[in-house]
Amino acid sequence: MSNSQNSPQDRVLHPIFAVTVTRVREFIRQPEAVFWVYVFPLLMIFVLGLAFRSQGPAPLEIDLVDSAGAEQVKQWLAADSDVTWKEVSGEESRRRLRTGQSLLAVKLQDTAAGRIEYLFAPDRPEARALRNEIDQRLQLAAGRSDTLTTTDQHVQESGGRYIDFLVPGLIGMGLMGGGLWGVGFAIVDLRIRKLLKRFLATPMRPADFLAGIMISRMLFMVPEILLMFVFSWLLFGVSIHGSWLLLTGLVLLGAVQFSGIGLLVASRCKTLEAASGLMNLVMLPMWTLCGIFFSWKKFPEVLHPLIQLLPLTPLIDSLRGVVNDGAGIDELWPQVLLIVGWALTSFVIALSIFRWRDN
Amino acid sequence: MLESKVAAVNDDWAIEVEALVKTYAGNPPVEAVRGIDLKIGRGECFGVLGPNGAGKTTTIEILEGILNATSGIVKIFGMEWGRDDRKLREHIGVSLQETELSEKLTVHETLTLFRSFYSSGISVAEAIARVGLQDKANVWVKKLSGGQKQRLAVATAIVGDPQLIFLDEPTTGLDPVSRRQLWEIIRGFTDSGRTVLLTTHYMDEAERLCDRIAIIDAGRVIAEDTPSNLIRSLGPQQRIEVTWEGTWMESERGEVSRIPGAESVIHSSQGLTLCVDEPHRVLPELMSLLTRSQVALSNIATRHATLEDVFVNLTGRHLLESDESGWGAKR
Ligand SMILES: Nc1ncnc2c1ncn2[C@@H]1O[C@H](COP(=O)(O)OP(=O)(O)OP(=O)(O)O)[C@@H](O)[C@H]1O
Ligand SMILES: [Mg+2]
Repeated sequence: MSNSQNSPQDRVLHPIFAVTVTRVREFIRQPEAVFWVYVFPLLMIFVLGLAFRSQGPAPLEIDLVDSAGAEQVKQWLAADSDVTWKEVSGEESRRRLRTGQSLLAVKLQDTAAGRIEYLFAPDRPEARALRNEIDQRLQLAAGRSDTLTTTDQHVQESGGRYIDFLVPGLIGMGLMGGGLWGVGFAIVDLRIRKLLKRFLATPMRPADFLAGIMISRMLFMVPEILLMFVFSWLLFGVSIHGSWLLLTGLVLLGAVQFSGIGLLVASRCKTLEAASGLMNLVMLPMWTLCGIFFSWKKFPEVLHPLIQLLPLTPLIDSLRGVVNDGAGIDELWPQVLLIVGWALTSFVIALSIFRWRDN
Repeated sequence: MLESKVAAVNDDWAIEVEALVKTYAGNPPVEAVRGIDLKIGRGECFGVLGPNGAGKTTTIEILEGILNATSGIVKIFGMEWGRDDRKLREHIGVSLQETELSEKLTVHETLTLFRSFYSSGISVAEAIARVGLQDKANVWVKKLSGGQKQRLAVATAIVGDPQLIFLDEPTTGLDPVSRRQLWEIIRGFTDSGRTVLLTTHYMDEAERLCDRIAIIDAGRVIAEDTPSNLIRSLGPQQRIEVTWEGTWMESERGEVSRIPGAESVIHSSQGLTLCVDEPHRVLPELMSLLTRSQVALSNIATRHATLEDVFVNLTGRHLLESDESGWGAKR
């Protein structure tokens, strides 16, 4: 292109590549950024995975009130290894019920009459369930005979545990944070430092610059997501039921979507305060509503259409579909379409209102 | 796509500015530039001099094509912003007044990034050598001194091998040694036929470094010429400065201007400045007057007139005074 009879040297490095390498360098030289992007999500998985791990059926704990029939109750329950009890006075049992230390107190006043008294708070479903369970055991032990034969089958599959539910949620959250911070905040920071203006004074093409920023964001993301999957697989056996290809596609799409939203947030902000305020405004509702930690279906039904439209919801839902249920694109296309829509819209708006200079 | 840098640059003037006006929108709007005309020749080192808020940065950023003018014509090598942008940008180098280059990149990495934006230019190593940062090439920007950072900023401006370089206050805040180093770098440029436009508040810098200067105040050019012509235009070329303690009665002080050879006298509260051509003729008379009046003299000194005097003569204010009081920004 340029005939360089006098120019000492032609271009050696493509600007997209130079911007990408620069961003990667700046990123890995910031220990705090590396911590938030790579270490923090793993800590979340570790802590939440441990806190909510399923430990088999929990023992049934009851308070046994000191009374004439206490010994009889113990005999009846002796056969049930999963029931534990604590012997307490009548007064003590009420205190423990009131403060939530126990759910149910059992009292047999008179062995001969066989009158059992249950003390519990009826507005707590788990207390009612415990009351019925214990009642059932005692009735059977005392000689009641059932009319129907029943068998219990316990179902516990990988894919149905809390950790399986959580990991795709955290991945969605990581993609959102990465896009908003890694693209949005990075650009506002460049603008504040007048570097955006400085770059504009060179022959740099804005498109090359933005491409470099986007590519570097994608590069940061790959280890982030891989680490989260590998870590949760090693520690908790979280496995991917669906197609790897589809999963990769979804992760990329999610990253692009949130880079676009990050760019949109950054397009006009002139101060870090404005940028972090705007970013929180965008992220906070999604953190709470979009089902990172628990299903969004728990919110009142009137909110559901709105929640489903937020950019994070279709991403997390489709990630869960692939990871936990092995869903394919035939099931997930509505979510994919919505993500693509968000990505396109945010990029188009961002690029048309983006402010390169002060005017 | 691009012609050779030299071939493209064949207009007589490097920069032509006509009736340039910039009003920042706001409440109230700020008339930062109120009609500036300039013509800067190729190979010139041109200085824009003025107090804080005079409109130097505003003007230079419009010329750099990163700020829109409210009205007026700007031509760089005969080309205009908005039409020939990409071509123009290949030919100019810029150092802004306040850019924070990334702290966690090395000097070499920073310049590699800037170099990648230009289709042709000098090598990164050469840019580093020209500003004398060889031994800092692999040091993070964070660890550079203020002067080294300024030199790096200049290096980013020259790495594309531009024909025209804009430097906005390249030496502000530097110690005399660092300033001199930068002057050498800038001279190196103009010696190779390139054009430099710089802004400064330092009169001595403008006087020694620039071929021509424009003094701007309140958004207007109030004087434009070579430094020596501007100083010559003052008339008497020597200054005698007298300061005293306590008071000196007005009536007696008035006699100073009647001393033969004292062309004019500038009074201030605790001193006065005589404009003279031959201090050795005026000094004896002045001394005897001072002795007669029994003034508690604290200092007497003679010096050559400077650009500062030109500024005082034109505006009635000291350049540095307005610096300290922030007068310029408040106007
Ligand atoms: N973005 C802006 N919006 C509104 N007013 C501005 C803006 N930038 C500068 N000004 C005003 O325009 C005037 C000229 O500013 P400018 O920065 O051009 O001065 P300067 O000569 O470069 O001063 P300094 O020596 O302090 O750098 C000042 O009164 C300043 O307050
Ligand atoms: Mg300025």
